[in-house]
Amino acid sequence: MSQRSASDPKYLRPLTRLIDRSAGPLDFEGYEAEDGYTTFRRAIKDLSSADVQTVVKTSNLRGRGGAGFPTGVKWSLIPMGPDAGAKYLVCNADEMEPGTFKDRLLMEQAPHQLIEAMLIAAHAIQATAGYIFLRGEYVTAAQRLGQAVEAARAAGYIGANILGSPWSFELYVHTGAGRYICGEETALINSLEGRRATPRAKPPFPQIAGLWGRPTIVNNVETLSNIPHIVANGADWFKDLSAGKSSDSGTKIYGCSGRATNPGCWELPIGTTAREILEVHAGGMKYGRTLKAWLPGGASTDFLLPEHLDLAMDYETIAKAGSRLGTGLITVVAEDQSMVAAVRNLEEFFARESCGWCTPCRDGLPWSVKILQALEAGRGQAEDLEVLHKLTRWLGPGKTFCPHAPGAMEPLQSALKFFRPEFEAGLAKSDKALTNAGTA
Amino acid sequence: MTQTVLKIVDLDASAQFHLSDTERDEIHHEMSHYPDPRAASIEALKVVQRHRGWVPDGAIAAIAAVIGIPAAELEGVATFYSLIFRHPVGRHVIKVCDSIACHLTGYDELRDALIASLGVRLGETTRDGRFTLLPICCLGACDRGACLMIDDDLHGPVEPAQIAGLLEPYT
Repeated sequence: MSQRSASDPKYLRPLTRLIDRSAGPLDFEGYEAEDGYTTFRRAIKDLSSADVQTVVKTSNLRGRGGAGFPTGVKWSLIPMGPDAGAKYLVCNADEMEPGTFKDRLLMEQAPHQLIEAMLIAAHAIQATAGYIFLRGEYVTAAQRLGQAVEAARAAGYIGANILGSPWSFELYVHTGAGRYICGEETALINSLEGRRATPRAKPPFPQIAGLWGRPTIVNNVETLSNIPHIVANGADWFKDLSAGKSSDSGTKIYGCSGRATNPGCWELPIGTTAREILEVHAGGMKYGRTLKAWLPGGASTDFLLPEHLDLAMDYETIAKAGSRLGTGLITVVAEDQSMVAAVRNLEEFFARESCGWCTPCRDGLPWSVKILQALEAGRGQAEDLEVLHKLTRWLGPGKTFCPHAPGAMEPLQSALKFFRPEFEAGLAKSDKALTNAGTA
Repeated sequence: MTQTVLKIVDLDASAQFHLSDTERDEIHHEMSHYPDPRAASIEALKVVQRHRGWVPDGAIAAIAAVIGIPAAELEGVATFYSLIFRHPVGRHVIKVCDSIACHLTGYDELRDALIASLGVRLGETTRDGRFTLLPICCLGACDRGACLMIDDDLHGPVEPAQIAGLLEPYT
């Protein structure tokens, strides 16, 4: 059998080099034949927890779940030492950000990579148990990860005194039962504890008091999947993967959905432009249509315009343009598609998925939906646009318990900024006249 | 004037409800994964749902007793999560993705065609008990929009014209 890694001799696509979608995922033996778990075994035998933490910190790996927090810094906040007691590593596999379909690929097609990554990460923080918090709808991923965990356990990589070391670690797949809010770190912890997925107040941060009040690290699937490669090849190698396209390190699984010719996701150097993602990899807009707007990384990121396509898709560049990299999978809107309808769809989603814990989110999001539905039907009232503007402030950062509502306001505020005439066109005729009189 | 009373748990039904040995074993197995048995709440609800299609009123008190938490707290959990069914559902559950990616690739048409084909609205079950139609958060298959799941099977992209053929195997 040919070595899959041979398809990437220069090791430029660490996350997907062993993926062959037509052949399916490697089983335990196949993964080991590709040197899988070699880095894990080396880490246990030759590297201290501090060694692993240092290389990850130096690599400048940043969270791939959307927030972009430096992984090594997150890890460094966890208490270490022989008296630290129970500690947990949680993989956030609750991929539910609309427009995002990258973690599904990594879990369905490279389950052992994630298991090895979690074992190395758990060694780095000396975790006593780990959980993969997987959304319930990912049934194939659940089955393949479950098999991978059992195979790793049978090999002695999970359990008591791993590879003869004093360290013991258990790993479980935990599947959810819906609700987008479970992706929020502290809501995820509540859900994992068997409670309603309402977010928790921070501080204390999960690194200090998380799952069952114990120090807990929550990392995204893609973030974790990078770990074996960073430990194997070093921080400098990881930094160079961005190939001069960005000051950020590594690759990123980018993607494109919406009316693109060839929607999909691809592992590329971080800092690749959105134009390359759309025009080269996704084959441009479908039916030769013109691009009108795009979300850089999920429903909770601000819309950008065609003029932003040449920006590097990294954390700082996209932030400077007024949006967020988010999950890095872009969603494209074509010229003949309605921005009012698109934002209505987004806010309906956010309103439905609010956990209901804090008032601005619980009541403000349905209010925005009502207005957007009226505008879409041409029944808007004169003050509606002003109310929408106010909502983007009332539900903005610092006004709510968690980032759900502020995230919901990002596409709304940017659509209002860039496409105001489309919203004005939704005002009822009599109210249009009023607005015009008011601004004259 | 009529007064609406929300019924949380039917106590009479609770008395008649019994978890099967298999359900009990599966719940205990899930509980062994966590230092606090409460963490198995969602998995326990899913165990019962897997065997019975939904979570009847009586199951709430029965599961809560196994886990060792108040029934009211378990009901709070059961009603929070959208994939725990506290009403009977059809033999097959259709989950239509209503994400922005599917919205841009034909969700409205697909949803309307499903509603017309099944004769039910979102959240309802067909009269013959064959299908329940539900909206769902982004299914993470945006390269295959507009998409949907029927039970554990992902389908996409789905055109309205394909619906009849798609539903046929689900009897």
